[in-house]
Amino acid sequence: MAREPGYKELPIGGLILEAGNAIRYKTGGWRTYRPQVDKDTCIECLQCWLLCPDCCIYAENEKMEGYDYDHCKGCAICAKICPAKCIRMILETDPRGMADERGRYHSKSKNSSSVIDSKR
Amino acid sequence: MNKVVALTGNEAAAEAMRQINPDVVAAYPITPQTELMHKFSDFVADAVVKTEMILVESEHSAMSACIGACAAGARVMTATSANGLAFMWEVVYIAASLRLPIVMTVVNRALSGPINIHCDHSDTMGCRDSGWIQLYGENPQEAYDNIIQAIRIAEHPDVRLPVMPTFDGFIISHTLERLEILSDEEVGKFIGAWKPVHPLLDIAHPVTYGPLDLQDYYFEHKKGQAEAMKRAKGVVLAVGKEYGALSGREYGFFEEYKTRDAEQIILCLGSASGTVKSVVDGLREKGRRTGVLKLRMFRPFPAEEILSAIGHAKSIAVLDRAEGFSGLGGPLFPEVRSALYGRSDAKVINYVYGLGGRDLSPEMILSVFDDLEEGRITDREAVHLGVRI
Repeated sequence: MAREPGYKELPIGGLILEAGNAIRYKTGGWRTYRPQVDKDTCIECLQCWLLCPDCCIYAENEKMEGYDYDHCKGCAICAKICPAKCIRMILETDPRGMADERGRYHSKSKNSSSVIDSKR
Repeated sequence: MNKVVALTGNEAAAEAMRQINPDVVAAYPITPQTELMHKFSDFVADAVVKTEMILVESEHSAMSACIGACAAGARVMTATSANGLAFMWEVVYIAASLRLPIVMTVVNRALSGPINIHCDHSDTMGCRDSGWIQLYGENPQEAYDNIIQAIRIAEHPDVRLPVMPTFDGFIISHTLERLEILSDEEVGKFIGAWKPVHPLLDIAHPVTYGPLDLQDYYFEHKKGQAEAMKRAKGVVLAVGKEYGALSGREYGFFEEYKTRDAEQIILCLGSASGTVKSVVDGLREKGRRTGVLKLRMFRPFPAEEILSAIGHAKSIAVLDRAEGFSGLGGPLFPEVRSALYGRSDAKVINYVYGLGGRDLSPEMILSVFDDLEEGRITDREAVHLGVRI
């Protein structure tokens, strides 16, 4: 691991002189519950993308394409707002089930055993 | 070219602020600072300064507005006293830790309670560890001179710390005295053009002020502050010398008054030193080798220089105009004794005096010199000078 800078090397006053660096601060480890999206019932309204406070929803070609788990804190705002009730929150400790690395799954396939009701 | 005027301490401070012409002043009135801001508000209302004056609802807001304005890129000043300073407390620390060169005059007044509006140093001594440079003035002349120098010290690239020039409430703030002031042009040239460092309003170079600073970085930032405070010593001397060349009044860390061959020395801050000097003059006529070291700069603390200046004395009395409630006396005393510890044979004793504006009479000072000469007082306990028993 690289050595952290010494006091003489830091900008004074705790200032951060570089813009747009929050991407390097990975907050995914804060999560207790992990969102997953059922792409069989998703209606592509993109309200989750609009309301996510950490810009963790991938939207490509106007379609919801899963989660940035490096930064998602598991706040569940996406699950709460989803009008199609297609986003569920599962415990981080639960197996991923059939979802891919961005948390997308298809409900026709087998589900994880510990699904949390998305209305919570 | 010096011009001779008659001003109170508050008027002298307001005059210095007028000549400095800061971009932003945010302040809230509190006795005995009120008159200073009244006077400066007149300058704003009469458009003789270009200052944006922000009238806030409290001192906490005053310092917060100063911090915001200074971070945004403005040259910022304010003033307060006693409970106003206490109410600012948390933001006073933040101004220093963000390394913002704000200059705040503090007109010294006793902290409540019981409520009291008169002079002691409990207010500024309370924030001695907040990371602000502190310069104590003896009279309206020094109040004026210190404020102008404070701008240069605060903004120096090796320092970048806020500065607190102080003077005694009522005793100095409301007393008319003769002093000499510089011309507006001289002051403008001396302080130089304001150069903001990392201003928030420079949108081409966005910066973050005040991010969360945890176990991995906070310590380094505090170390940076401590080192800047040490570097401030050299800057205070250089600025004091340059100011001397301009005005004829050179400033250092302290004034040595008849201390070179003195056997008994009093060390004190602020207006008391004038009275002590006159007592020393009287004693010198009688052949008693007495002197006074008037400390101007309390933060950073000039320990080595104090040792060199008074370490030769037989006995030293440290006069504190604040009670530390440690059971050992006031806040100035332990620092002076630490400076001398193991390197001087002087006996150092502590007197707490003048709390809540109680007068310090020449007779009291004489009694201190008598105590020192006769070795009457133990160095294990502070004396409360002039208190009724």
